Formats: sequence, C-alpha cells, structure tokens
Amino acid sequence: MRDIRLLDQMLVPGTLIGPFAQANPGLGGVCTFVGEVRCDAKEQGGVEALELSHYEPLTLPGMHALADRAFARFTLMGLLMVHRVGVLYPGEPIVCVSAAALHRRDAIDAVDFCMDHLKSAAWFWKREKRADGWHWIEPRADDTRDLARW
Amino acid sequence: MIVITVVLLGKLADLAGAPTLTLPAPSSAPLDWAGVLAALPPALADAADDPRNRVAANGALLADKAELQAGAGDEIALLPPVSGG
Repeated sequence: MRDIRLLDQMLVPGTLIGPFAQANPGLGGVCTFVGEVRCDAKEQGGVEALELSHYEPLTLPGMHALADRAFARFTLMGLLMVHRVGVLYPGEPIVCVSAAALHRRDAIDAVDFCMDHLKSAAWFWKREKRADGWHWIEPRADDTRDLARW
Repeated sequence: MIVITVVLLGKLADLAGAPTLTLPAPSSAPLDWAGVLAALPPALADAADDPRNRVAANGALLADKAELQAGAGDEIALLPPVSGG
C-alpha cells in the first residue's frame, strides 16, 4: 500500500497512521516519523512561521521516485509519505512518513532513508519568518552528510 | 501562445516580485539559456546564473542548462538549491 501526497492544509498524523496500518494486514511492524515546525529560541531569532513552496511538475513525482527507491532497497509492505506545503506555524506537523514491513529493520531504515532524502533532496523551498522578516533557508552541510549515509 | 512562461522558485520569486513572468517567444530560433538570461531583468539574471541553480523545461529537469531550447508556449522553471532541514 502506497500513499504519497502533498497537503496544503493541516496535517493530522493520527488520521493517517491508523488507516495506513489497517491497509497493510499481516504486517510485522510499522515505523512512523512525524516532523514538526521548530520554534527556535528567541536568541536564535525565534521562528514565527515557515512557508514551503514547491514546483508541481517535479515535487510530487520526485516523492514517488523516492518511494520507488525505498521499495527497491527495503522489503516493504507499505509506505506513506505526506508532506505539507504552504504556511505553517511552530508545532504544526510538516511531514509524516510511515513504513510497514514484515520485519522492523526494513520499516525503520526505510523511514530514515526517506526522511534524509526528503530533507535534503526533495523539491521544496523554505523560508522562515522571524522578528525581522522572512529569510530563505539555504542548503546545509548536515544535509549532504545525511545523504552520504545511503 | 506567443510567450514563454518562466516559473521562479525560492528566492528568485522574491527577486522577481512574482512567482512567474513571461517572455516574448522568439519568432525564429528557440531561446537558449543565454537568451533567457538576456531577456530577464538584470538583477534577476545575475541570481539566475548561479551555477547551483537547475532548470526544468515543461516540467522535465535538464541535466545541463546548455540543452535548453525554449519556444512559444513552453514553461521554463528556475530552481535554486532546495532548502535544508
């Protein structure tokens, strides 16, 4: 079972995870990661909002291609990958990845693999609103390191 | 359609002041990458020329900007490096 989506309104992980597990009868394990918008400390500028933009012809097809790679690499029964776009506020879920497999290692590793790629190689552009206005987020060296794990 | 649509992502959209702009389609030879840059406002062209930027034509990512051949009705997207976590 494969469920790959972009969402332009509130992501409620609870509404996704239950049905996803139900849709994969006989699974041995489900691993789920939910990422939320961080509210960085005031000393670091304090994030008031985060805006994600995407490019329709590339972003969702890119997520499907990532899912293909995850299915090829791990022994999975199902994969859920839901990513927010639009304006989000601290504490709001921004991404939910869940993998179902017969054995835990495949589920855990598939989620880790998808998250590292979503964070550093998927077609999303992010800007943060701080007290002094909007700032585009640049690529980080950490992201390259995360990708090199795979 | 007699225009080329340029879709601007990330900070390029800010620089342009809009998420898309249109260029008049060339009447003869298709527009290559240098032609697109020459048709953009100078500040935007400077930023667009960053070698880290990628280009898509009609939704397909180009391996090399030198491949670009844009004509009437085409959509070009200028894609800055994606943001990190």
